[in-house]
Amino acid sequence: MADKQLIRAYGDRRDDGVLQVSFTLPVALSEKAKEAAQLYCTKLGLTEVKVAAAEKAAQHYTFFVVYAKSPVVIDYAAIDTPEIVIKKRGFAELNKEIEEEIGRKVIVLGACTGTDTHTVGIDAILNMKGFAGDYGLERYPWFETYNLGSQVPNAELIRKAKEKSADAILVSQVVTQRDVHKDNSRQFIEEAKKQGVHGKMTLLLGGPRVDHKLALELGFDAGFGPGTKPSDVANFVVHQVLQRLGKEAKGTHYEGEPV
Amino acid sequence: MSGLFVTDEQVAHARALAREITEPIFELIGRNTTVSVERTVLRWFGVDGVGNLGAPLVNLMVDRLQAAGVLNRGAAFWYGRALRMGATSPLDAVERLTAAPLERLAPLSHEDEAKLRDEVRAEARAAVDELKARVAKREALKREFPMPPAPHKYVIVATGNIFDDLDQARAAAQAGADVIAVIRSTAQSLLDYVPQGATTEGFGGTYATQENFRIMREALDDESEKLGRYVQLTNYSSGLCMSEIAFMAAYERLDMLLNDAMYGILFRDINLRRTFIDQYFSRRICALAGIIINTGEDNYITTADAYDAAHTVIASQFINERFALRAGLKDEQLGLGHSYEIDPHRPETLLLELSQAMLVRRCFPAAPLKYMPPTKHKETDIFFSHVYDSMAHLVAMWTRQGIQLLGMMTEAMHTPLLADRYEALKAASYVHRAARGIDQEFTVKEDGLVANRARFVFGKALELLEECRADGMVAAIGRGRFGDVKRSETGGKGLDGVVEKASDYFNPFLDLMEGRA
Repeated sequence: MADKQLIRAYGDRRDDGVLQVSFTLPVALSEKAKEAAQLYCTKLGLTEVKVAAAEKAAQHYTFFVVYAKSPVVIDYAAIDTPEIVIKKRGFAELNKEIEEEIGRKVIVLGACTGTDTHTVGIDAILNMKGFAGDYGLERYPWFETYNLGSQVPNAELIRKAKEKSADAILVSQVVTQRDVHKDNSRQFIEEAKKQGVHGKMTLLLGGPRVDHKLALELGFDAGFGPGTKPSDVANFVVHQVLQRLGKEAKGTHYEGEPV
Repeated sequence: MSGLFVTDEQVAHARALAREITEPIFELIGRNTTVSVERTVLRWFGVDGVGNLGAPLVNLMVDRLQAAGVLNRGAAFWYGRALRMGATSPLDAVERLTAAPLERLAPLSHEDEAKLRDEVRAEARAAVDELKARVAKREALKREFPMPPAPHKYVIVATGNIFDDLDQARAAAQAGADVIAVIRSTAQSLLDYVPQGATTEGFGGTYATQENFRIMREALDDESEKLGRYVQLTNYSSGLCMSEIAFMAAYERLDMLLNDAMYGILFRDINLRRTFIDQYFSRRICALAGIIINTGEDNYITTADAYDAAHTVIASQFINERFALRAGLKDEQLGLGHSYEIDPHRPETLLLELSQAMLVRRCFPAAPLKYMPPTKHKETDIFFSHVYDSMAHLVAMWTRQGIQLLGMMTEAMHTPLLADRYEALKAASYVHRAARGIDQEFTVKEDGLVANRARFVFGKALELLEECRADGMVAAIGRGRFGDVKRSETGGKGLDGVVEKASDYFNPFLDLMEGRA
């Protein structure tokens, strides 16, 4: 066990515990409303609460920006995350690795499944263009990529993946109202088990309200949340393929993998 | 002023190409009707409500007519036939028609048939007059409570529950919103019926129903009166029920509708023929009701790259404009869509976005235009996003956009919180106030980056229009020329709802709106 490493939020000085919080209360702007915001933050456990802004967001709603301090301390050393072993590969490097170690194209299918019509996420990862200067999987010469678009039934996506002998399936879920993304993702995993691809193909879940932990709970191999770059997904898929081929130890970790 | 960039002759040439490109589509539209057009006709006659299993009566009746193979004469004809069977109400008419052996009904005498048509035509005329009277009420409200100058600040509400939407819409209006859009439940566009009544459950939005329209417009009328400025309402006339929704929206006095000639084909995989036929009837209704349409070209550059596909937006706008004018819409009703979507990590994006917006303004000087915020490259750093959105506010003012959908700092995370809208409205109001008149103060360098880029994009748009003329719209769509999405003429959803008109097809509303009766 490593030594303790106690940390607090950092404002402009080590251990000052400064937080910035914003929220709306459903009351009209008034001195009393500001007091309410103060009290609310105190009840959150914050100290030295300063209501920096109280704005009339509408007749019966006030928006607050608050600065305050939190006495909470955490031990950074006690947080258990997998050790970083491998450096994330760049575009050229990863293509070269596929060519040399796998010797064939890595096949990936992706879609927004269920009723979800929002292809923003899957497009950002798969389309040629990519996202934030990071090329999409279609641009990788050693990836064979199929973006099936939106509202694809789970069963159909899996069927097509089997047809193409895919290495990985990417499921994107953007709409999260009433947890529809979780229900649909569960249904996907059930279908994957039914069609016998669970545990054989790499199954990935992505979306703005997805995290790795949730994806694992649901039965996926990994989850990719906001800010994910196509190269993160590309690296993950290649490592999974290498592990399935026995060319890399199971559970090998690398820089930038979802945690 | 923004620059001219291209000659008037070049712009006129683009318009002429759009006219040629769309001409064959109008032959298709003229020859066919659809189940949703016919349902719209019945709604207009006052057929409302649902059957005992919850299916809308208009669906029951049109499905019955289609199954009997007689829908090609037009639902209006059969409605008249039911009246002549002694029907005393629209509901009674539906019941009689669904029970009657339509295939075996004896034909009417020439004289009876003429009488039937006269009766139905008179009823249609009265229904059109009623709709016009409702629209007149909206225009009176607009005069009584004048709107602020453009760009009109447009925000969305999307709770899934119409009653929660009301609170959010009122709050947004109080915070300065000029247009409220109620986002629809995801995938409603693929339903081949319109749900009934007030709804409180939806995914990512609230179902578009006539009752929801009425409830929201009533709240906004009330808010307009309190605020002393008219607050507009918009919804979606798209998908398999685009013309039915156009009618419901017109009847409930909505001010705008999202309505695109090709959006359903490209982004919802709705059949091409079905979409073109439905959009025409829906646009006829919008034209009659003074509804401003919002087209969806901004969507092209969420699937394709905004820098590389900029010309497809311009080309599509000319096509959308042609479809719209041909359906009787006026320039001031054309909220042609475009957006601020170039990857912010690139250099010179403000200049490039300005160039594109100026070019759109140049090509469509009399249209209000609808400017969309960045979404594709939004990340979850809300502070950066807020600044990123502000650039769009500046461009909107500089290029005199009529309607500006405001970006939300929490885009890419969740549907907007009340405070997100407040902050967006505050920032947009600030930038609009600060920069008003900027277009009059600066001229664009004739040989600079902005002008040259605009010329380049326009040139490529012309090339694409030329290609569409040479090969046809259908082939161009098949090759993925718009939004990088490929669709075929007989693919997609809803083709089975297209019906070829019989020689005695009867649709008095279409006749009235096309000025034939």
